Amino acid sequence: MSLRTDQSLIAEWVKPGSRVLDLGCGDGTLMAHLQEQQEVKGYGLEIDEENIVQCIHKGVDVIQTDLDKGLSEFKKDTFDYVIMTQTLQAIRYPDKLLKEMTRVGREAIVTFPNMGHWKNRIQLALAGHMPKSKTLPYEWYNTPNIHLCTLTDFENLCGANNIEILDRATVDHEHQSSLGMKLFPNLLGEIAIYRFRQND
Amino acid sequence: MQEGTRPVDNVGLVEPKTAHFSESLALASGSELHGFDIVYETYGELNKERSNAILICHALSGDHHVAGYHTPQDKKPGWWDNAIGPNKAIDTNRFFVVSPNNIGGCSGSTGPLTKNPETNKPYGPDFPLVTVEDWVKTQAMLADQLGIDVWAVIIGGSLGGMQCLEWSIAYPDRLKHTFVIAAAPKLSTQNIAFNEVARQAIRSDQNFNEGHYYETDDKPELGLMLARMLGHITYLSDDALDEKFGRELRDGKLKFGYDAEFQIESYLRHQGRSFVGRFDANSYLLLTKVLDYFDPASDAGGSLAKAMAPATAEFLVISFSSDWRFSPERSQEIVSALLDADKSVSYIEIQSKQGHDSFLMPIPRYHQVLSTALDRIAEGLGIS
Repeated sequence: MSLRTDQSLIAEWVKPGSRVLDLGCGDGTLMAHLQEQQEVKGYGLEIDEENIVQCIHKGVDVIQTDLDKGLSEFKKDTFDYVIMTQTLQAIRYPDKLLKEMTRVGREAIVTFPNMGHWKNRIQLALAGHMPKSKTLPYEWYNTPNIHLCTLTDFENLCGANNIEILDRATVDHEHQSSLGMKLFPNLLGEIAIYRFRQND
Repeated sequence: MQEGTRPVDNVGLVEPKTAHFSESLALASGSELHGFDIVYETYGELNKERSNAILICHALSGDHHVAGYHTPQDKKPGWWDNAIGPNKAIDTNRFFVVSPNNIGGCSGSTGPLTKNPETNKPYGPDFPLVTVEDWVKTQAMLADQLGIDVWAVIIGGSLGGMQCLEWSIAYPDRLKHTFVIAAAPKLSTQNIAFNEVARQAIRSDQNFNEGHYYETDDKPELGLMLARMLGHITYLSDDALDEKFGRELRDGKLKFGYDAEFQIESYLRHQGRSFVGRFDANSYLLLTKVLDYFDPASDAGGSLAKAMAPATAEFLVISFSSDWRFSPERSQEIVSALLDADKSVSYIEIQSKQGHDSFLMPIPRYHQVLSTALDRIAEGLGIS
């Protein structure tokens, strides 16, 4: 069970012993890692049945949930962290869900594919078609990614909602980081990772 | 079942056992039962550590005969044979499965059919009304007698799921895991309304005689049949009925009369009639009351989360998409309360067509969930 680099970064950010809610937890790899290595407690939320079975197999508590219906099950500040990896772009109302994440968790962490990556920009600008890549392998008509954004877009949304960004990192599709990405994240980062919280 | 054709994953021939309890049982109603019997079956072997026991709690019309056959001539195995047996989802090679018949029923445990020692006649309508709390208490007494301090898992569907909830509240230290399937934290108003129609069907049968019908040949069969027909409709989904029968006619054309014309009519009548042969009306009345009364939140100021506070078991809650008797929303109420109470819980809604009865069906995803969870539990217990 190995973690992707974005998941490893998240694992570094999450303090041991904390309470975590993982939205769209997939097969439970990250939660299982956090439980076993960092004594984290919490739940995964997932919609896909096969993934749910995998979570049960790993001993991750998982609740079948349609994230588009919000997190009304949970009270304010129930968790130390609400995490969502590679799912934000497939959510119907990402702005509402971000607010829900910062309500339910004292802090939130998201990762998403950066539409502002230079390869995406070139595909649209020069080739004239919707970008496709290892991170975004779908055609425009069958993609689940209905709300793609760039780092700038995301930060603007946070600003408009009084969400304070606490940490930012970017990696490529092999989940590696580089100096270039640190200097020009919105151009060179393929996957963005943010830690943030709601300011009153 | 024909000899020689028994499937290899079946527990085979089984014999019910009887546990006798001579002590008085104080019931939730304030009544007392002076001694009682519980009929039960077991499958598999209890291990040396006594750590691999699974309790199966049955639903309204279920009983202790969950898996295998009583005689080689039996046409049908126990009611959950598709899930319990060697290498099945609930694997009797690894687990010791115990399935009691609850008191108040009519399959051998003490109930309305039992002779009242004070009158030497069957209790009939004088059998005291019992509750899920009473049942769980008697199941705990059975566990004592079997030498099982802690259940590895308690599993129950429908009314059985309610017993799982009660176990986790009343005896938190005596179970490690529980699978709450197609259940609800209490009956809805509509559920109670259905039960009331069923009861009135029985009680208004001219043979009912206020429950004193054992002495005569005429039993309230029509009433019990109607009650079962009504119940049966609520256990199936609209789609399942439509798919199975549609508007199909028995004789291909309308006859402009009140005999069974549509296939669904004759099916329901058949279901009702065969139920009458195996069930007692006084028991049925009592069991519907057990369902109506269950409401653990009522003792905790209406908060199910507070009611669940003592629980330490790990919960697996399973619902079925087409179940409208105990819909997925009812299971989600349980899940919400468990999340609120900060309990270990997983939840899945299985896609199914068969309505409430889905919990008895061998739906691949459903059985995969059961076996995956039990694999994990077996691993934790060090059972290969």
